[in-house]
Amino acid sequence: MTQDLTEKLSNAQIAWRAAQDIADGAYVNLGIGFPEMVARFQPEGREAVFHSENGILGFGKAPPEGQEDWDLINAGKKAVTLNPGAAFFHHADSFAMVRGGHLDVAILGAYEVAQTGDLANWSTGPKGVPAVGGAMDLVHGAKRVAVITEHVTKKGQPKLVERCALPLTGVGCVTRVYTSLAVVDIENGRFVLREKLPAISFDDLQSLTGAILHCPGPVADLIVPEL
Amino acid sequence: MDKTLPSLTEAVAGIEDGAVVMVSGFGGSGAPIELMHALIDRFRATGSPGNLTVINNNAGNGQVGIAAMIEQGMVAKIICSFPRSANSRAFIEKYQAGEIALELVPQGTLAERIRAAGAGIPAFFTPTAYGTELAQGKQIQEFDGRPYVMERWLKADVALIKAELGDRMGNLTYRMAARNFAPIMAMAAARTIAQVSRIVAPGGIEPEAVITPGIFVDGVVAVAEPVQEEDLNRAEAHHP
Repeated sequence: MTQDLTEKLSNAQIAWRAAQDIADGAYVNLGIGFPEMVARFQPEGREAVFHSENGILGFGKAPPEGQEDWDLINAGKKAVTLNPGAAFFHHADSFAMVRGGHLDVAILGAYEVAQTGDLANWSTGPKGVPAVGGAMDLVHGAKRVAVITEHVTKKGQPKLVERCALPLTGVGCVTRVYTSLAVVDIENGRFVLREKLPAISFDDLQSLTGAILHCPGPVADLIVPEL
Repeated sequence: MDKTLPSLTEAVAGIEDGAVVMVSGFGGSGAPIELMHALIDRFRATGSPGNLTVINNNAGNGQVGIAAMIEQGMVAKIICSFPRSANSRAFIEKYQAGEIALELVPQGTLAERIRAAGAGIPAFFTPTAYGTELAQGKQIQEFDGRPYVMERWLKADVALIKAELGDRMGNLTYRMAARNFAPIMAMAAARTIAQVSRIVAPGGIEPEAVITPGIFVDGVVAVAEPVQEEDLNRAEAHHP
């Protein structure tokens, strides 16, 4: 894997692309860390309501430093503010929203995604202290589960694979992957390429992907603004 | 009926060695720091209660609250979803030394197991964790063509929770997202002790505003201006 990946999307650009698919009126859960960036790129004129597992619907931006209220935090335990129309609820109600199929979209990070839609994003193996949080609930609860990720690992290994080698978060749960190079759907146990960066050839993209990329329809250019 | 308790010392007096203790809070928000520190003080003075099983979303942060209970050696087992925090050294050291047991539970399953215990439901089925190592050894059953994992209720001897307003009947309100696990833990424990910022007369909480009805609460103790775990950790505080 020696391809020059200087032509790839930044994390912010991947988050921007994922945000374009969030409809007006959607209830959305964003995973801790990188996926939280998606909230910054809500398209103009669309109103989404963001869910935080600890018990908030409708949280907003981080408060200015020094104005944090530590009873008002998100799932990543960072201070947030509330948007008008926000609501608080207890943890079982919060996960009833997740597990009862009430969330429209969950956007998560990944170590690996398999062509079957299996996701590995919670454990890198038996070393260290395991921690799972709400990921296993989200992947089986939200109506649509999408992943945002680099296309390959820091060592250049594919993150889109035939079968996950790492411990699974969920089986057959992911339906769309936004990567630093492409937008790939998962349909009927295979990867379907929808968009790719114009600068990368299909063959190069395929060589960076651990399973066959199918192209049953047109592949659009993945075009994202400078951010 | 008067569920108010005169002091934190009396509030934590009945907790026995080997008890299963639910502790409210998600990270620092809603953590009943003063109740936990009273429990630590009792342990340091009397050697009891030890060998506790603690149920919380996390496994402590810094050197206060649950982390301080772990440091003191009061905790034999943690049941939680996310034991890593900004500073979870207290837990990690004991865990890696094999001195504390961990039962890792997906967060929604944790909440639902607690809720189920409160509602008298001994087991339920969920798709969460199906096909993962956290479902190993658990019964799988198909409903309408989809596989589900059977999970058991999760009860406790005692719940220590933090609320905002309380009255002598045990009715409680909570402050913002500090509510998190407290209402369901109050339902699931044989005995629920709430620290509240202020005790009001019955009727002082509008019936429509009651979040935890007093039937789920056994003791209410006033802690005006409670500390926040996050503030303590930023100040690198420790207890004792």
